[in-house]
Amino acid sequence: MKFKLNVWRQENAKSAGRFEKYDIDGVTSDQSFLEMLDVLNEKLVADGKAPVVFDHDCREGICGMCSLVVNGRPHGPQDHATTCQLHMRKFTDGEEITIEPWRAGAFPVIRDLAVDRRAFDRIIQAGGYISVRTGAAPDANAIPVSKEIADRAMDAAACIGCGACVAACPNASAMLFTAAKVRHLNLLPQGQPEKDRRTTAMVEQMDAEGFGACTNHLECEAACPKAISADFIGELNRDLAAAIVRSRGESERSGDSA
Amino acid sequence: MALQSKCPTGPIEQRWDKHRFNLKLVNPANKRKYEVIVVGSGLAGGAAAATLGELGYQVQCFCYQDSPRRAHSIAAQGGINAAKNYQNDGDSVFRLFYDTVKGGDYRARESNVYRLAQVSVNIIDQCAAQGVPFAREYGGLLDNRSFGGAQVSRTFYARGQTGQQLLLGAYSVLERQIAAGTVTMHSRHEMLELIVVDGRARGIVTRDMTNGKIETHLADAVILATGGYGNVFFLSTNAMGCNVTATWRAHKKGAYFANPCFTQIHPTCIPVKGDYQSKLTLMSESLRNDGRVWVPKNAADSGKKPGDIAEGERDYYLERRYPAFGNLVPRDVASRAAKVVCDEGRGVGPGGLGVYLDFRDSIQRLGKQKISERYGNLFEMYHHITDEDPYQVPMRIYPAVHYTMGGLWVDYNLMSNVPGLFVLGEANFSDHGANRLGASALMQGLADGYFVIPYTIGDYLANLKPTSVAKDVTKDHAEVKAAKKAVTERTKKLLEINGKRTVDSFHRELGKIMWDECGMARSEKGLKKALEKIPAMREEFWKNVRVPGSGEAMNQELEKAGRVADFLELGELMCRDALDRNESCGGHFREESATEEGEAKRDDEKYCYVAAWEHQGEGKAPTLHKESLEFEYVKLSQRSYK
Repeated sequence: MKFKLNVWRQENAKSAGRFEKYDIDGVTSDQSFLEMLDVLNEKLVADGKAPVVFDHDCREGICGMCSLVVNGRPHGPQDHATTCQLHMRKFTDGEEITIEPWRAGAFPVIRDLAVDRRAFDRIIQAGGYISVRTGAAPDANAIPVSKEIADRAMDAAACIGCGACVAACPNASAMLFTAAKVRHLNLLPQGQPEKDRRTTAMVEQMDAEGFGACTNHLECEAACPKAISADFIGELNRDLAAAIVRSRGESERSGDSA
Repeated sequence: MALQSKCPTGPIEQRWDKHRFNLKLVNPANKRKYEVIVVGSGLAGGAAAATLGELGYQVQCFCYQDSPRRAHSIAAQGGINAAKNYQNDGDSVFRLFYDTVKGGDYRARESNVYRLAQVSVNIIDQCAAQGVPFAREYGGLLDNRSFGGAQVSRTFYARGQTGQQLLLGAYSVLERQIAAGTVTMHSRHEMLELIVVDGRARGIVTRDMTNGKIETHLADAVILATGGYGNVFFLSTNAMGCNVTATWRAHKKGAYFANPCFTQIHPTCIPVKGDYQSKLTLMSESLRNDGRVWVPKNAADSGKKPGDIAEGERDYYLERRYPAFGNLVPRDVASRAAKVVCDEGRGVGPGGLGVYLDFRDSIQRLGKQKISERYGNLFEMYHHITDEDPYQVPMRIYPAVHYTMGGLWVDYNLMSNVPGLFVLGEANFSDHGANRLGASALMQGLADGYFVIPYTIGDYLANLKPTSVAKDVTKDHAEVKAAKKAVTERTKKLLEINGKRTVDSFHRELGKIMWDECGMARSEKGLKKALEKIPAMREEFWKNVRVPGSGEAMNQELEKAGRVADFLELGELMCRDALDRNESCGGHFREESATEEGEAKRDDEKYCYVAAWEHQGEGKAPTLHKESLEFEYVKLSQRSYK
């Protein structure tokens, strides 16, 4: 198979980027998309040109490192798959393929197709954990969790933190990511003591990072390689409203006693 | 230097308790004066950094990925073992200990393995408390599955993403400590040198992968939790970035490399498909609970469609050869058995390098729904890669390099022979002997990180005046400056060669040599051939590799070049170790040492030891140090799964 590639090239965060065109030939249909880029890069290196920088690591769809917008879709045309799991059989021979980085203010480009996603780590730092000291845990079966709740928490916890939801959203909102992280813990009995604090702190951090607001386009759900449901966004909003109401109640009560 | 394992003596079930009591403690008010570097943020490194931060130490944590959450522990699928005996099927700490020593073909220390089995129960408690969504039964209690090499169900799991969920648990507690200010995280940083001053590990040199800046970081102790070196084979189930650089740099600074030839070839991976292939994908061993492995009885049928081969014409060779364990024999046994049938010309798929893993009978017995609940994501992954639906046709699988049991030598405290240098998880050699059992890597990583190093590091630090107080080593110290200079010059040299071959072309060639001569079967003749080829290739690498671009920007070719340069040295040591060990044990199969039935034949008289190699300088043969292994509780016997 043969393809015409339009690849976004950008020296660093400060420089202006541009599309470069490359022709690639001899691609086979069972090659993965990233293996096609490997072949392109070997050729560029052999020709004395700078290879295309792109993030990738596990190449089995779980680490969340790969991050390409392919023909306008984060992770490309295949539903529920990361770019590393996308194979060339999903394209037509001779097709023109446009490859861009995640585009969002909160994810600055480092070089070419690699972006800085540390904003996600900072959202977790705000409250995406259960405060349990190493060694302080009770026996694991001392806290029964119904299978339905455990399964639902697992559905949320399956998020790989790739950022496709942000890249797909016209507002570059991180609501699906944040909702998945919040709800995974808020669903479980272990997550109850810190529920309100976690919910408000993570949403505040998400706003502080410059992610946009959610206006229910649901592009995030469509782009998510792990099919995380946008229902979690509704549940997050409910948790947030409850947390705000409860904290108002708290402050009024403490106001009375003062 | 004689190897001091520092293993406690006395009744095995009391050793760890006794040892912990004898370890010195650091006063809580003094902990913040000590700085600890942790390289790697997977299960071992992430758990260690978080726990040490929680205890009050000042921790600097480094990873090459863009976030600590992406360390390769995340890719582990099947599960984590623990001796909880929740299934009431006769499990115990002693049984997990026994199975692990036997599974490792009696090449691990009893004391270490017993401790691992003991703390396994704490790990499950810890992870459940962190909110790891383990699989549950309808009553709300934890579910278990069985795994290779065991006849009890002791494996805890979170669908087919157990590694991901455990890592996200460790990552969440790590991020909590980062927010608390006890841990400073350096992502997209690669360790390129160990700093040793007066024989003690005192820091590391790193390269900031976003801008090329070479930096030195000082500390009172350095912990390496940098994973395994399976990528020496080019094709493996490891992530693309996994490398040996951190441990190899430490080896060249004096740390002994133990049992480098002990590598695990995992039996259930998707077969190789073409020259461009960049990595191999594992299909969890848990699939062997419900999948049956077979090939045609006659080589003539291997080109037929599986559905056209009648039941009577199929050879369920694992069930036939090992009736007691059947499809659940340990990994080394299953891999070798696959190689045997493929060598006989009975392999299936392109090139005849594949065997079937068939779910037909399980789907009939349990229904598609049940199979999908258990393995849905794995079936989907297989479908994406091969374009074949495993609900309809059997999977094709073949062994692939997966894990390395070898690693830096450590004592019972997980400290290498270089004082102040600790090594955790897959990066050390300690607990799995010559073969790791399924669902034991996650257990060991978390045991080391959460429950061993937090105690043992204190014993080392308690004797030292903190660098922050003593100020005996600063960034201007001659050794520190020399280490930084060495990194700068090596980087410059790689960029200046400007030869004709790409980094990947060297890596691929090395991988082929390693797979052919130091893979599933090894022989004196083949290993000697590899020992001639590898040094010649290394010489060519340093004359003819092409690394484009500059060192002052993000440069992925430069990153790869540094890693491949180290693999070219490690590969030689692996072959040397494999040649030296003229016995078969676990994943190390010497053709010269097999039973009549083709099983691995150990030689306990001559080789019941840990082989720890000391680097002697460029171009010089390394020195072998032996730590003999004593077995008081497990009787040495020929391993049998029949």
